[in-house]
Amino acid sequence: MNRFVWPLIAVMALLVFLVMGLRHGDPRALPSPFIGKPAPQFELPTLKNPEVTIGTNKMAGNFALVNVWATWCVMCRAEHPFLLELAANKAIPIYGINWRDSRLEAIRWLEDLGDPYLASAYDEDGRVGIDWGVYGAPETFLVDPDGTVVYKHLGPLDPVVWQREFVSRMSGGGQTE
Amino acid sequence: MIPEIGQFALILALALAVCQTIIPLVGAHRGDAAMMAVGRTAATGHFLFVAVSFACLTYAFLVSDFSVLYVANHSQLALPTLYKVSAVWGAHEGSLLLWILILAAWTLAVARFSSGLPVAFAARVIGVLGFLSIGFLLFALLTSNPFDRLVPAPADGGDLNPLLQDPGLAIHPPLLYVGYVGFSVAFAFAIAAMISGDLDQKWARWTRPWTTVAWMFLTLGIALGSWWAYYELGWGGWWFWDAVENASFMPWLIGTALIHSLAVTEKRGLFKSWTLLLAITAFSLSLLGTFLVRSGIIVSVHAFATDPTRGFFILSFLAIVVIGALVLYAWRAPALDSDVGFSPLSRETFLLLNNVLLVVATALVLIGTLAPLVVEMMSGGKISIGPPWFNVAFLVPMLPLVILLGMGMHTAWRTQNADAWWRVLRIPAIAAIVLGVIIPLLFYGRVSLMLVVGCGAAAWIVISALIQPVRSLLRQKGTAGITRSALGMSVAHLGMGLFVIGVTIVSAFGVESDQALQPGESIEVAGFEFHLVGLSNVQGPNFSAIEAEIEIRDDGKLVDTIRPQKRQYLVQKSWMTEAGIRAGLDKDLFVALGDQLGQNSWSVRIQYKPLIRFIWLGALVMAIGGLIAISDRRYRAGSRAAEAPA
Repeated sequence: MNRFVWPLIAVMALLVFLVMGLRHGDPRALPSPFIGKPAPQFELPTLKNPEVTIGTNKMAGNFALVNVWATWCVMCRAEHPFLLELAANKAIPIYGINWRDSRLEAIRWLEDLGDPYLASAYDEDGRVGIDWGVYGAPETFLVDPDGTVVYKHLGPLDPVVWQREFVSRMSGGGQTE
Repeated sequence: MIPEIGQFALILALALAVCQTIIPLVGAHRGDAAMMAVGRTAATGHFLFVAVSFACLTYAFLVSDFSVLYVANHSQLALPTLYKVSAVWGAHEGSLLLWILILAAWTLAVARFSSGLPVAFAARVIGVLGFLSIGFLLFALLTSNPFDRLVPAPADGGDLNPLLQDPGLAIHPPLLYVGYVGFSVAFAFAIAAMISGDLDQKWARWTRPWTTVAWMFLTLGIALGSWWAYYELGWGGWWFWDAVENASFMPWLIGTALIHSLAVTEKRGLFKSWTLLLAITAFSLSLLGTFLVRSGIIVSVHAFATDPTRGFFILSFLAIVVIGALVLYAWRAPALDSDVGFSPLSRETFLLLNNVLLVVATALVLIGTLAPLVVEMMSGGKISIGPPWFNVAFLVPMLPLVILLGMGMHTAWRTQNADAWWRVLRIPAIAAIVLGVIIPLLFYGRVSLMLVVGCGAAAWIVISALIQPVRSLLRQKGTAGITRSALGMSVAHLGMGLFVIGVTIVSAFGVESDQALQPGESIEVAGFEFHLVGLSNVQGPNFSAIEAEIEIRDDGKLVDTIRPQKRQYLVQKSWMTEAGIRAGLDKDLFVALGDQLGQNSWSVRIQYKPLIRFIWLGALVMAIGGLIAISDRRYRAGSRAAEAPA
């Protein structure tokens, strides 16, 4: 074998390694350390009425979505129609965390676009967002009837992700109960 | 409508790139002149359509067309116009389009300035470049279309990442890409030469100016990125050994090796197969860099939005290009054994050492960049290999490199008489050692072994770089002066010397100090008094900021008043630090505003950075050296009469 083949062999090895690196995991799947653990407790004023509070205890007993959103978030607008669809089909109770936003603008957004949420918590300074390990909006958490975080999705929710990641986990979770 | 035109133009450009690849390559194989001539025409059309597409995307940004998803995500109504334009390449999709545009522009330049090359050779070069364009156009159209729509369109966009809202960073990616992509030309020349099998030293001469231009832009692009990191990230460092920085630095190192090895191949017909391998490697590392940055395989502070399908696409393309090139290489290179020898003391030896050391340096950077990935795959643990490892490992090849550099410049080709060599070098050598002791001692009052080595090496490079130009100035009228090519080399090496002294001094004598400061208070850092006069609120177009007014005094005398800011960008709600810098050739005084600590107290980071400007000045001078070298007459003469004496 001639020595000029060595660069080829070295590069092949590097490429195999890089393929393995890519397959090693979906780099987008930033695992949330909260998965499999109880959802972080919170108690926040609701968006529409500062006098009333909403918190983790209200969600117990059912599967629930916790959707982190804000009016400044473009992708939240993109996923909004799908959330409305889920709400209209009564697929699952959806709770919102309105994250680092202006209350007035957020209320106007819901009036203009429709409100898929049973209630939205108003997390003005992002403190609850920190507890929940939020990287950026939109993020959607699936919480099971025991209040355990089952799944977290980063980025806008769409029918494909919903079917693949959420629906399967809800039925699976139901059978083991 | 306009975005659809942009997308359609991109598809047409792909069709033309296919013509530009297949027809000239087949034509060159068959010796069909008409088919070969198609290459130039197709390359021109390809460029025009990519330019139209790029213009459409720019237009979408200028008119804030938020129905385009990419625009909605990376722009905003209140964004200043300059940043609306630079936002075009502010994220993955648009920067890929910029990459495609620059590749098309390089191809067009090759097509225009290749009239002196043999027709079949030029046709093959254009064909190979067309093949690379196909890969990137498919990548854009299939995985990263910048023209995707967003329905319904939002009223306002998500804003450009505030880190990128800076004039330096607006022009950093274009410069960097011109360099990165420019290595595709050297790659295409190497492939064309290997396909034809005509591998005498002519291809090296044709390749040299193109490689030097690409290298120049890469040098400027990297230096600009480093400068931006220094003042915008607010940390005051100038190089972080971040994976993305390394991705641009590896092609630079190999490109530097390639420039030197091309010189040997052109002048002496040696290192032929080695030069081919470097030409392939330089561009392959550019592709690898693209892969690392855009696949998300490595988590980095400035990684692009990541997507595994993109990663697989680039990796497949990388595999096709590199494996194809190396198979060709394994087939052709064995015929390239040269029978010319050289003595141990000759310029060839020094350039060989230069190449070996630069390749070792590149390998170290590559290992350091990929090591965290290896560890993660083996054990699942996350490690980071930071500056401490790189700073030490990188010195191992670099220190001998800078010392050999000064010797190599004054060594003759073929063989060098040792006595004559010593007569030229002994005075610079002694002067360098003396200066290595004097500079730190006299100006900074402290000396250590590393300082003597660093300053001495810098002085050594500067002096030996200046010998030839100075002699040429002092020469008798009528005798031959220095050639542009040799002058370019001297200037580039001078730049290297300036860089080394900057790095040495700033790492030895730089001072960083984190302090808490209240209005009216003063603190002393590195002999300067920093007095916080007060804080005020400032409003920008798309941010609001807190601005501190800080007076710097030296012995009670006011040196300057600087105004560091802490900005909150209104859309993304993120905080950015705008450092206040009193810049000078001899030193920078740098103040970055940190967090509010208490009622009226602020954390500030104060830094004293002696000679830090020499780092970027050195890079600029290196690039100017490249510019002088390509202005050498023989490249222009060479393009008309291929056999002009070297």
